[in-house]
Amino acid sequence: MIDFELSPRIKATKNMIHMFAESAVRPVARQYDEQEHEKPWDLLNMVQKVMGGGVAGAFGTEKKEDKGEEESKEKKPKETNLAGAVTVEEIFWGDAGIALSFPGPGLGGAAVQASGTPEQKEKFLARFSGDKPVWGAMAITEPEAGSDTANIKTTAVLDGDEWVLNGEKIFVTSGKSALEDSEGFVVVWATVDRSAGRAGIKPFIVEHGTPGMQITKIEDKMGIRCSDTVSISFMDCRIPKENILGSPEVVDKTKTEGFKKVMATFDATRPLVAAMAIGVGQAALDFLREYLTEEGVELRYGINPHRMTSLERDVMQMEADLKAARLLTWRALWMLDNGLRNDLQASMAKAKAGLAVTRITQKAVEIMGPLGYSRELLLEKWMRDSKINDIFEGTGQIQLLVTARRILGFSREQLK
Amino acid sequence: MVSFELSDEQKMVQETVNSFAADQMEPLMRECDEQNSIPEEVISKGWELGLLGGCIPEEYEGFGEELSTVTGLIALEELAWGDLSMALHLMAPSVLAISVLDQGTEEQKKQILPAFCGEEFKAASSALVEPYYNFCPSALRTTAVNDGDEYVINGKKCLVPLAQESENMLVFAATAPGMGFAGVDAFIIPVSTKGVKVGEREKNMGIKALATYPVTFKDCRVPAASRLGGEAGCDFLRLLSRSRLALAALAVGMSRRALEHSRDYATQRIAFGEPIGSRQAIAFMIAEMAIEVDATRLLAWEAAWRCDRNIDFEKEAALAKNYAADMAMMVCDRGVQIMGGHGYVRDNPVELWFRNARGFAAFEGFVMV
Repeated sequence: MIDFELSPRIKATKNMIHMFAESAVRPVARQYDEQEHEKPWDLLNMVQKVMGGGVAGAFGTEKKEDKGEEESKEKKPKETNLAGAVTVEEIFWGDAGIALSFPGPGLGGAAVQASGTPEQKEKFLARFSGDKPVWGAMAITEPEAGSDTANIKTTAVLDGDEWVLNGEKIFVTSGKSALEDSEGFVVVWATVDRSAGRAGIKPFIVEHGTPGMQITKIEDKMGIRCSDTVSISFMDCRIPKENILGSPEVVDKTKTEGFKKVMATFDATRPLVAAMAIGVGQAALDFLREYLTEEGVELRYGINPHRMTSLERDVMQMEADLKAARLLTWRALWMLDNGLRNDLQASMAKAKAGLAVTRITQKAVEIMGPLGYSRELLLEKWMRDSKINDIFEGTGQIQLLVTARRILGFSREQLK
Repeated sequence: MVSFELSDEQKMVQETVNSFAADQMEPLMRECDEQNSIPEEVISKGWELGLLGGCIPEEYEGFGEELSTVTGLIALEELAWGDLSMALHLMAPSVLAISVLDQGTEEQKKQILPAFCGEEFKAASSALVEPYYNFCPSALRTTAVNDGDEYVINGKKCLVPLAQESENMLVFAATAPGMGFAGVDAFIIPVSTKGVKVGEREKNMGIKALATYPVTFKDCRVPAASRLGGEAGCDFLRLLSRSRLALAALAVGMSRRALEHSRDYATQRIAFGEPIGSRQAIAFMIAEMAIEVDATRLLAWEAAWRCDRNIDFEKEAALAKNYAADMAMMVCDRGVQIMGGHGYVRDNPVELWFRNARGFAAFEGFVMV
């Protein structure tokens, strides 16, 4: 039965998170934009205590809870991923940069959750529910390999009981948080055999403080400045043999199972990135509407669009786009919660939300004129912040590529 | 709890209507467009689906249990997937029937509804759109002035479907000009009423197979009892919004068909040694078309769900309808573009969808869920 009403449980969470975002996150949003590379430690410690790393970016923890539920109340319909998206949207409504800096397993933890052995899960995931904030990170991108992950050049060579990593990773979200600010880890993608192509690329878990690993650069960014993005260099970095992520068949270099399994985490994370975008878009739209109301501007939705003012048309378009993005996102997560293959819908949601919110925030700044351009308001910040959603976790163009391949029934060789 | 799963009944409706659309409607689409007519047979077969009768409760001789707007949208999407003109012809009576069902007096329901529950298609018309630049339903130029036990209607309408062959029509007119949507009322009147003049059949760019007419009202006197909802009048914006949802669903159905056609062409047409869909310039267009078709469907469903839950849905319906009009034009334009010259010739359906698509910006009224 088609239904768009959130369950009472999700609604309650949504309200709670919204209040938290409004009272604790939004007030310091500007401060941690201006003071780049500083962390709101009080807030992060509080978040860790209250939520145990189970909030934004804490995809691994969400899934862990999920598993518990599955065992105990098998028949209860699941909505874990949808709940995650609603939560993410509200926190990002508060502030995207701060929300991204929240402690938790992050993408690295999600990869461990998705493809790790039971021993690996126990060893690496327990740390996120302690008293102190801990971060997990994922290192895929290299200077010469962005969306084209198959072109990864970082190598992993087995030497006795150890893997030896060499190479350079860039754009690692929360890399500093994971490796220097806490006792976290980073999941590093490296090739064990370049001639094997994608099948040779495997994920490796590298603990904080491992010799031979060094953070070489902390990026200064246009937006989401509270969140650290770093370059990591690996020089004969030795890690235990068992730190290759996954079971023996994953490790087999003739098979792409490992690659595929970790790629499958995108089915969950892409809609969540869409939800992040939607949170920022909603913030901009809420602000704009409140401002217009105060100015005594009435928005007439039902009339012929050609009789509307340009302002009314813009706001109408922004609202419709945001809503469309949210519904596509909910659909992708509902499918995931119900065990349906959702890679197509996940990419559709991300493509729509990333672009829509980039435009919504730009339009809001445009409408507000000099006020929108001023750093007195947060609008210009939201415009800078939201741009990342059309880039990370697969650019808008990559999402279109994935969508088109599925619609056309083409392989990656048939549609490059 | 959020769910995107159709109920068993909705799945059945979707399947039944889709197979009718594929077997009976689509094969006739081009011929109907060229001939400017629709065979009676396809309409009477379509009527057997019972889409309208299924919305009308037993007490008015229908066989519907509950009016679900979402289910209505699912059926309309499939009809328009088959052909827009035929869908509009078949569902033209819905404006009168659903308006009466939703807001008519008990007497009006008893008088009007049973006619739409029979085995034979019963034509009925509605007159909302007016032939003016920047026409807006909130500022109708057609007026209805109260005069004792009567209303006197004056004004011009266009895009009035099936006006010639209908017994009754629902006419929308301003009873309080300047009051916006709140100042509009609807009147159930026989087409044969004195003062009603149905003009020559219109020639439109698209939906050519659907018979539409200009209709003039000159000092047309109708009894006060013909006012929808009686003395209380009607909630015009609500009716308009129900119609907007229906139009959005039709736009989704037709655009989905155009998307599927483009998809198939892009996988089969070889250029430079490979399918044209292997190039991002084509593939990305198709991806965006797919995203927007789905986005529009969800916007319409959400608004319809609100309607079914008795939550305000007027704003959402307007957003969905306007979004749908833009989406349909974008999708069908790209459908033509992807096929290049082949899309421009009338051997191919995309040029027909392209012409039909432009209409959604102008359409108001027409169908209702």
